[in-house]
Amino acid sequence: MSITFARAETGRNLRLSRGPWVTIISVAGFVLVWFVAAEIAQSRLLPGPAAVMHYIYEESTQGNMLAELGITLWRVVASFIVAMIIGSAFGLAMGQMPALNRVLDPWLIVLLNLPALVIIILAYVWFGLNEAAAIGAVALNKIPNVIVTLREGARSLDPGLNEMARAYRMTPWSKFHNVTLPQLQPYFAAASRTGISLIWKIVLVVELLGRPNGVGFELHLNFQLFNVTAILGYTLAFVAVMLAIEYLLVQPLERYSTRWRNKPV
Amino acid sequence: MGADGTELTAIRDFTLELRPESMTVLMGPSGCGKTTLLRIIAHLDDRFIGEVEFPSDARIGFMFQEPRLLPWRTVRQNIELVAAPGFTEEDLNWLANAVGIADMLPRYPQELSLGLARRVALARAFSTRPDLLLLDEPFVSLDERTADRLRRLLLEVWSERPTTALLVTHNAREAIQLADQLVLLAPRPTHVLAVEAIDIPQDKRDPKTIDKIHADLLKRYPGNFSSL
Repeated sequence: MSITFARAETGRNLRLSRGPWVTIISVAGFVLVWFVAAEIAQSRLLPGPAAVMHYIYEESTQGNMLAELGITLWRVVASFIVAMIIGSAFGLAMGQMPALNRVLDPWLIVLLNLPALVIIILAYVWFGLNEAAAIGAVALNKIPNVIVTLREGARSLDPGLNEMARAYRMTPWSKFHNVTLPQLQPYFAAASRTGISLIWKIVLVVELLGRPNGVGFELHLNFQLFNVTAILGYTLAFVAVMLAIEYLLVQPLERYSTRWRNKPV
Repeated sequence: MGADGTELTAIRDFTLELRPESMTVLMGPSGCGKTTLLRIIAHLDDRFIGEVEFPSDARIGFMFQEPRLLPWRTVRQNIELVAAPGFTEEDLNWLANAVGIADMLPRYPQELSLGLARRVALARAFSTRPDLLLLDEPFVSLDERTADRLRRLLLEVWSERPTTALLVTHNAREAIQLADQLVLLAPRPTHVLAVEAIDIPQDKRDPKTIDKIHADLLKRYPGNFSSL
């Protein structure tokens, strides 16, 4: 009798706490709070969800919101790729060659602590108000983090597996692909994860300071026009895009590359 | 290099001849340098004075003390990755059946017990169709029953796929069970103390025979066999 009772309880709990439902309820709750707050405030400063959704719809279908989102996304992707490639190369090299690390480490620390704003302004001043400077500045902000993370990864490579690869005369490519890279996967994942969120914040600043388009530019424009609806509209739209990337790209990729973990003996 | 970083001479004036397709067992006390010798032969250790000469296309199989499988590749992939060119599906199936891991092929190493993982490592070592098979205390830290089963498995696969084998151990009974040639090593810096040939074929060495040989060797070399 008690067993059936317990099972029924678990079933009910399970249904309520299953992933998508929690998120849906949570989002609906947020929208509700927003709606109520806007109704109470009745101010230009806090447009309600309906107004913002309407703006997004209008701008997407008749305005250039989609183009602006696209341009910002392109900058995010480009600087992400540049940062990951350069950062990984340096991080791996510095992790495996202590001599190189001794030489470059002080500069790494300087770059880590240099404010993003300084890098962006100097990039625009020295290289002009162009796309290359913009993407370069964003990448430069992210590169030190990638270096630090991948350096740790390179330092923690399993010497036992390296020896196995050597004893079995694995080709350098085979060793890199089968022994080294899988060990670095968690470090790549960590660098990517913190990378993406850092990068899109800086991209907006870069667009605000020196680009004629993109979400950052639109935010600045609408700030000057005091169009709060537009500000919230662009913000929401961009967050939606980043969340889509997270759930449709990043997480499935991560699940695929760690599918060998946590299998029971 | 010793464990604390000081330089040690592990091996001095070491000469040994291996007969092709024979099983030679190096036996000596812990820390005498027998693992170092194996690693030098396998090009894993280059801090020595002397030369290691190999034909450029020589293939080596190495079985470490731990299985050292790639956790992110399946058992099948672990074997196929290092297998000799021309290693076919039939070869894989024969090996897998011989060591008893045929239904483990699609699994990941994490899902295997230590004994099973060792079997995979054994299959992997043989998959290279080695000219020289090096085994560094491959059955250490297993319970005696599993170790005994694995030793007999090694002998079975080795008799079907003959190759020159060099095995290192500090277990006297294991040495007697496996060796065509038993090489006794001195403590560090090690060199060859004596070479005993055991002429009885391995599959005829039952526990009683092994006991007899052990007792005989104990009499002749009390210093080396007393600890076991």
